Amino acid sequence: MTATEITAPAGVPFIDIRRDVEAPRDLVFRAFTDPALLVQWLGPRRYVMEIDRYEVRDGGGWRYIHRGADGAEYGFHGVFHGVPTPDAMVQTFEWEGAPGHISLDAISLEERDGRTTIHGHSVYQSVEDRDAMLENGMAQGVEEGYERLDELVGRLTPVA
Amino acid sequence: MGVLHNSMVMNEMAADQLSDVFGALADPTRRAILARLTAGDATVAELTAPSGVSQPAISRHLKVLERAGLVSRTRRATARLSHLEAEPLRAATAWLVTYREYWEESFERLDALLAAMQDEAPDRAPGDERSIP
Repeated sequence: MTATEITAPAGVPFIDIRRDVEAPRDLVFRAFTDPALLVQWLGPRRYVMEIDRYEVRDGGGWRYIHRGADGAEYGFHGVFHGVPTPDAMVQTFEWEGAPGHISLDAISLEERDGRTTIHGHSVYQSVEDRDAMLENGMAQGVEEGYERLDELVGRLTPVA
Repeated sequence: MGVLHNSMVMNEMAADQLSDVFGALADPTRRAILARLTAGDATVAELTAPSGVSQPAISRHLKVLERAGLVSRTRRATARLSHLEAEPLRAATAWLVTYREYWEESFERLDALLAAMQDEAPDRAPGDERSIP
């Protein structure tokens, strides 16, 4: 297994992701663009992914939901810009929990010796938006509060 | 219905509100208020008594918690009761673990999927094996 590199440079509203996988890029491209495959890998294991629509074409819309065991739903949607290819899958991205905070994501796949490097470049509307997306931006200075939060949530009785 | 309710709460859970949640939790008095409210609704007077803080100060803390969506206020006869809203807390916990974990777990699952896809299509696998150091 290789490491996932996540870079968030200071002062600019970008997040860059880089990850190598052991597969040729046409296969990786299929895993990104075929909804029947996408649903098998995107998102944390503890969420079930449901795809509402996934129109892989210029101007095509997409929407999916990650649903937690407790019933909490995280909806995401956006639009593809340009015909998605292994060199450029460009799309807008909006978490429905923070409407109006939209990013522009570009993913490219680079193959070398049968391995593929996945590059993701996300542009947010502000550094604040970018930082809100990142665990570190949120976690900094609230570590202690977060531990307390865990305790507190652990003591809450389930809401009917 | 529970799902619908949760999803509505999530949709209302803007990033700004998450910042408010963490801002609200950064203060020990406000955490104590929330801890007290896990035991049930309470009046300002009931929240003030054990706190060692003045009633106007408690009211100010309650306003911060209310703005963060962590507390709602209801009126019963002449008393205003504060009520703990649990969902923003759950949402905040879920959200916090997201970005790195989201992608690391996704890519681990992608590794497994790609391996399975290549097992299924062995005819295309041995393309170039010359240079594994």
